[in-house]
Amino acid sequence: MKKTGLMKGAALGALLAAGTAIAPVAAQDSVYFANNAYRTGPFSGSGIPIGDGMRDYIAMINERDGGVNGVKVIYEECETGYDTKKSIECYEQAKSKNTIVYSPWSTGATLAAIPRAHIDKIPILSMAYGLSASAEGSTFPWVFIPPFTYWDGASVMVKHMANELGGMDKLKGKKLGLIHLDAPFGKEPIPVLENLAKKYGFELKLYPVAAADMQNQGSLWLSIRRDRPDYLYNQGWGAMNPTAVKEAIKNGFPINKLVGVWWAGGDDDARAGGAEAKGYKSLNFNAAGTNFPVIQDIIKHVVEKGKSLAPKDKVGENLYNRGVYNSMLVVEAIRNAQKLTGKKVVNAEDMRRGLESLNITEARLKEIGMEGFGTPSTISCSDHSGHSKMYVAEWDGTKWTKGSDWIEPLKDEVRPLIEAAAKDYAEKNAGWPKRTESCEKSS
Amino acid sequence: MFYREAGQYKSTYAADMAVFPLRQDRIGIAVILAIAFIGIPMIGNDFFIATVMIPFLVFSLAAIGLNILTGYTGLISLGTAAFMGVGAYACYKLTTLFPGVNIIVLILVSGLFSAAIGVLFGLPSLRIKGFYLAVATLAAQFFLQWAFVRVPWLFNYNASGAIEVPLRSLFGIPVTGASASAETRYFVCLGLVVVLTWFASNLVHGRLGRSWMAVRDMDIAAELMGIKLLNAKLLAFAVSSFYAGVAGAMMIFLWYGGGEAADVFNIRLSFNILFMVIIGGLGSLIGSFFGAAFIASLPTILKFGLPALGVPLSGAAAEHVTFMLVGALIIIFLIVEPHGLARLWQITKQKLRTWPFPY
Repeated sequence: MKKTGLMKGAALGALLAAGTAIAPVAAQDSVYFANNAYRTGPFSGSGIPIGDGMRDYIAMINERDGGVNGVKVIYEECETGYDTKKSIECYEQAKSKNTIVYSPWSTGATLAAIPRAHIDKIPILSMAYGLSASAEGSTFPWVFIPPFTYWDGASVMVKHMANELGGMDKLKGKKLGLIHLDAPFGKEPIPVLENLAKKYGFELKLYPVAAADMQNQGSLWLSIRRDRPDYLYNQGWGAMNPTAVKEAIKNGFPINKLVGVWWAGGDDDARAGGAEAKGYKSLNFNAAGTNFPVIQDIIKHVVEKGKSLAPKDKVGENLYNRGVYNSMLVVEAIRNAQKLTGKKVVNAEDMRRGLESLNITEARLKEIGMEGFGTPSTISCSDHSGHSKMYVAEWDGTKWTKGSDWIEPLKDEVRPLIEAAAKDYAEKNAGWPKRTESCEKSS
Repeated sequence: MFYREAGQYKSTYAADMAVFPLRQDRIGIAVILAIAFIGIPMIGNDFFIATVMIPFLVFSLAAIGLNILTGYTGLISLGTAAFMGVGAYACYKLTTLFPGVNIIVLILVSGLFSAAIGVLFGLPSLRIKGFYLAVATLAAQFFLQWAFVRVPWLFNYNASGAIEVPLRSLFGIPVTGASASAETRYFVCLGLVVVLTWFASNLVHGRLGRSWMAVRDMDIAAELMGIKLLNAKLLAFAVSSFYAGVAGAMMIFLWYGGGEAADVFNIRLSFNILFMVIIGGLGSLIGSFFGAAFIASLPTILKFGLPALGVPLSGAAAEHVTFMLVGALIIIFLIVEPHGLARLWQITKQKLRTWPFPY
């Protein structure tokens, strides 16, 4: 009797607890922003610095300015462990707490959230990750993917190869290998690379890595040694990246021909290779380092007051700064939404308008202490990505440096594919809602 | 006292063989069904229904499937997640090939595909037992998961390899797809689980169930008694995989709502379902529900419940605490009652019967 009574009590308590867990946070003069995070699990190596950067920028805005135009941003992390099941829980929680924007931080979580967000009317901000097709704003009015998509990244990889070889015509007969996580995230660049391979006559080799084998890539690198690709593009994340760098060095693959997607550009990813990792490259859109007023402000208002979760020497690392850039987009979108609506406390609906007319110019970056820190980004009604420029970062043995100029993606190649894929998505997801939201003019 | 059966006379064989011979049990079931069908949709909010109840129902069905195989027939399987995956992918292919057919029919039919694959991988069970069989079913887990990733036909050549769940409705109410409400999806899940549990209950109490249990207890003896091992074992694999397949289809179509599917049906899920069966109680249908509640729902409830109760936990810390708590509870439960939560429940009923004068 006692034991069952206990169980029943626990069940009842849990029921009540779940009931109270979703009481909406509706404090005066504040907005609620839910962010998925993964400080546990196999992807935590990349998830922790990102989460710290996200958190610290919002904390700095609250500390230094008292919020966005006086409106505090209540920032809450929901731990997912990069697990889609938990991401769905986190989405439901974010929805029940009236989040103004949902930040999934995983392609799998984004894919699961996209259909729901359209019905629940919650904007999704998937900064340079997620479903590439969602850049098509007329099909996906609630999804935002600035500053560019994985497909833009793949096209820049090809352009980078051509730059080093001396022209697009030199690509003929070359071999490009794609090491990728065998999950939606890793598979995203394949269609564009296949297309470009056909067009420019290079050969594409795929090297899929199962999530369970991220740290065990031995057999994969045997095939790489056999195929001898001229360049390798690494669409990896978490524990997979340091392993790839180490394996490249172990197998004698020229490290300066190994280029990671921007998520493979963590400081710890490159550091794993030791001194020999010098020359490892990664696509990037934010600067690393602390020599920016915005990072200095974070150090002054958050880190030095002991309010940051990040160790002091990790502040300013590449992925940390990426998190800062993402939070900056959220804060700027709130500001924009306030301007558009005249309201102080904005809701998800306003936020969608704010994101859709977001225009981060060089001048604006300078104003917020981010001159040279990140890429300017313009979102419009039909183009929810902006297809902005990126650069190739190079690891100098201790830190990331800018290894190239800003490179523009092959927008003419990517855009038609995105439009076709968006159309295809709407068709396959029968009953996909037609866009009824009116267009916002860029501010 | 509460469970006094005095005065409940049975005058027919049917009454004597009934699944719930006691009036109290029948009332109990009616109360549980009333809570499930009326109480929870009325009181529970979307968050509770979508993140606690629907996963609970899906895992209960999967656990019933594995329990038929492992608990009733004594064949250990580590491939449950893969068989669930077969159901999910089959349902996806079917709904794209036959868009006009009702989705609930398709969810049930996709279980048949899973059953066929289950029989195929169940063939080794005729020669090997125990751990050896577990390793053979592990092959199913690895091979099928590999196929989900590498056979693009299965996910309709989707660029990101994801399953996209289209809108399908029943009587004009959307059941799957983005616009299906949590309540609708819950009712569909509940309906399927109730019907299939009733079916499983009849199976295991009947001739088939008794032959399965005979095979479990000693297969040579069962064979000498005239039970055909080939039929009994393969049928157990078929029925078990059918349940797993339906659970898998429900998982993607009624719970996840599409997205990354290949990695969902991984070995960890297989293990989790095996834990549900062991913790809940081998060879018990009600144990499957207890196990699913314990392994699948408790972490979610703890994670979101503890902070709501004022325990200041955030993010990763909550996750770690949940792991520790659930781990500790598993050990405690297994020490206190190695036969699972279902056995605890039986003991409780026994005690209630003699209360307040235990002997």
